[in-house]
Amino acid sequence: MNASDNNTINGSGGSDFRSWFMDRLLIGMTWPEYAKSLITPFNFLVAVILCFAVPVFGSRYLYGLAAVTHASHDYPWGILLGWGLFGGVPLSGAGFVVATGYYVFGFKGLKPIVRLAVLSGLLGYFFAASYLMIDLGRPWRIYYPMIMGFGTTSLLFLVAWHVTVYLTVQLIEFSSTILEWLKSRRVHRWAMLITVAMTIAGIILSTLHQSSLGGMFLLAPGRLHPLWYSSYIPVFFLASSIYAAMAMTIFVSTMAARYMTNRCDKNFLGSLDYVTLALGKGCAVAMYVYFFLKVVGVAHDNHWDLLGTPYGQWFLVELFGFVMFPALIFTYGIKKSSPFVIRVGAVFAIAGILLNRINIAVVAFNWEMPGHMHHIIPPWQEVYIVVTMVTLHIMLFRWIFNRMPVLYEMPEYKDMH
Amino acid sequence: MDDDAGNRPNINGGKKGAVGSPLCMERRKFLALSALGGCALLNNPREAFAGTGFKGWPKSYGMLTDFTKCVGCRSCEKACNEYNEMPGDGSSYEDSSVFDAVRRPTAKTYTVVNRYDNPEDPDKPVFRKIQCNHCKEPSCATACPIHAYEKTPEGAVLYDEDLCFGCRYCMIACPFMVPAYDYDSPLEPKIVKCILCYPRIKEGKLPACAEACPTGAVTFGRRRELLRLARKRIAAHPDKYIDHIYGEREVGGTNWLYISGVPFEQLGFPINLPEKPLIELTKGFLSSVSVVFTVWPALFGMVYAAVSHRDKYYERDEGAKAGKGVEK
Repeated sequence: MNASDNNTINGSGGSDFRSWFMDRLLIGMTWPEYAKSLITPFNFLVAVILCFAVPVFGSRYLYGLAAVTHASHDYPWGILLGWGLFGGVPLSGAGFVVATGYYVFGFKGLKPIVRLAVLSGLLGYFFAASYLMIDLGRPWRIYYPMIMGFGTTSLLFLVAWHVTVYLTVQLIEFSSTILEWLKSRRVHRWAMLITVAMTIAGIILSTLHQSSLGGMFLLAPGRLHPLWYSSYIPVFFLASSIYAAMAMTIFVSTMAARYMTNRCDKNFLGSLDYVTLALGKGCAVAMYVYFFLKVVGVAHDNHWDLLGTPYGQWFLVELFGFVMFPALIFTYGIKKSSPFVIRVGAVFAIAGILLNRINIAVVAFNWEMPGHMHHIIPPWQEVYIVVTMVTLHIMLFRWIFNRMPVLYEMPEYKDMH
Repeated sequence: MDDDAGNRPNINGGKKGAVGSPLCMERRKFLALSALGGCALLNNPREAFAGTGFKGWPKSYGMLTDFTKCVGCRSCEKACNEYNEMPGDGSSYEDSSVFDAVRRPTAKTYTVVNRYDNPEDPDKPVFRKIQCNHCKEPSCATACPIHAYEKTPEGAVLYDEDLCFGCRYCMIACPFMVPAYDYDSPLEPKIVKCILCYPRIKEGKLPACAEACPTGAVTFGRRRELLRLARKRIAAHPDKYIDHIYGEREVGGTNWLYISGVPFEQLGFPINLPEKPLIELTKGFLSSVSVVFTVWPALFGMVYAAVSHRDKYYERDEGAKAGKGVEK
């Protein structure tokens, strides 16, 4: 899109567009100024990562999945789904958990962070779907469960529908921010009106698809290690997604305040410690609940004897090192009123979620196969795809922070929230 | 005795050969319970609605593999690849060195034969043919989000490539790890698995592998008949066979059955599978979906109403208060 072209074609209308374009998209700069502002060491690193990503992505779409993954007939899924979908979706529960806390339960103190949480959720789901687009054999058929055939007994059918609908719901939830950026007033008022309805729709959809992601493994009783396989697995996934969401909100807000400080208003920066402590309390409660649910799971199936096996020890590392330990860190942080300690706990909790999901999708799956540990080591291309996607994720976050009123409030819309 | 009834619609299936059959007894019990209506519902509403009465197509075909008869000639592999126009895995059918490694069905071949040591008699190794077991209630079909799988009344589990978007959840869900995927194809990757020579069965012919087998190790027939045959063989030679028909009950029963002289776990069969169809494991969860959809809006709507009511209540008080704090 060239602004000068528009100018010659539309005359004065063009110059309106030009100023709008510069104001909204180029953050008030001209093209040369904007291009110059892009030359930073961080952007250089990003450019290098993306350049190397081109041949990797190219070979996936030109030569098939075999060129970039170790996926095989016995191991259909690897870290693309273990990390991107099974790990990405619970961490993206931020939108639903924080919006529910603020709009439904009335935790008004969360206000400065609601938009950031909704954005984290929206981007998280967008990227989870993107990882799926890389891993699907025929991604151009991604809409097939909506139109071509209804596998109503399939929990993946449920996930597909819910993630699609929920992406739309989140876009509507976030639309007030986009509309403020675009300076629309009438539609904005309408968008604010349906927020509560959308939040409740979000709770329904999230309850079901977070648990369904775990429920998908109910069909693999022989293949998933009995310590991770449980008839409670949908409940485990739902319960853990709640603290995952809060921990991720703590993490993202910390990063935003640190690296995007000039895009944060005083209100956001000033209330960050309070919000962090509040979310830390929520995390601690949810993690203790989850910990005891997991213990109930072992007791229900009477698998105590398996805890002594190598897989059992790994299970204990996950349960104590990455659930109990961060929960204790949160508790300590609350006791000391230390946002810093809470942030450390959040990083641990996030690591624990990723560990749990990768354990279920990759490490404990096919645990009885000969040479199992050899099979699950991903090739560098698959890891590189993940690195690229994380880079793009950060870039998209930054692009939006730089433009839309996420970390600050626009004065002219202040009374409308 | 079943042959004449074979082509009848399955509604009549229970009439003949039903007496004494454990399957039909259960069905009748189930019907009796249903007749009690409300009582059956009180008993266990989920199972009453979930249609657990379905015991598979009564007249369906199947196969029986008798490992005591298999000599590892791989005629079945050859016939299968030729009839189904599969490229095969590139090994020569005469080359016995392929047995040094354990193989599995791939995107290039529906079936392979593997060799296992025989603990009873080291000189007589056991050969195992492996392919899709055509479950009575297939887990792949349960898992598929696009309904690309179909269990036909003839017994074959068929897959429709035109519907598949390649999520490979069927491969995760298959307890026998049968479906293969051609990861090398960028444009038309698809699931590959045995089709029980469905077109040949429709023509009244034997599946290619059963026709090619020179020793009678692979037998085609109605599943019910094959079970009878398997029992007869085990009863006639109790010293030769393990007293277990693999596939009779595993994951609700499969249309491909096996009898063997060595324990099945030594031939790489999964033995930790439940006896009920795997779909039963997700039914409880699926039935909660509609509950969440109906109860959650009311529940969370109520919370929202309570909170905003409280806010308004205090606001009013604050507006009207004359120096006194209102305690609740």
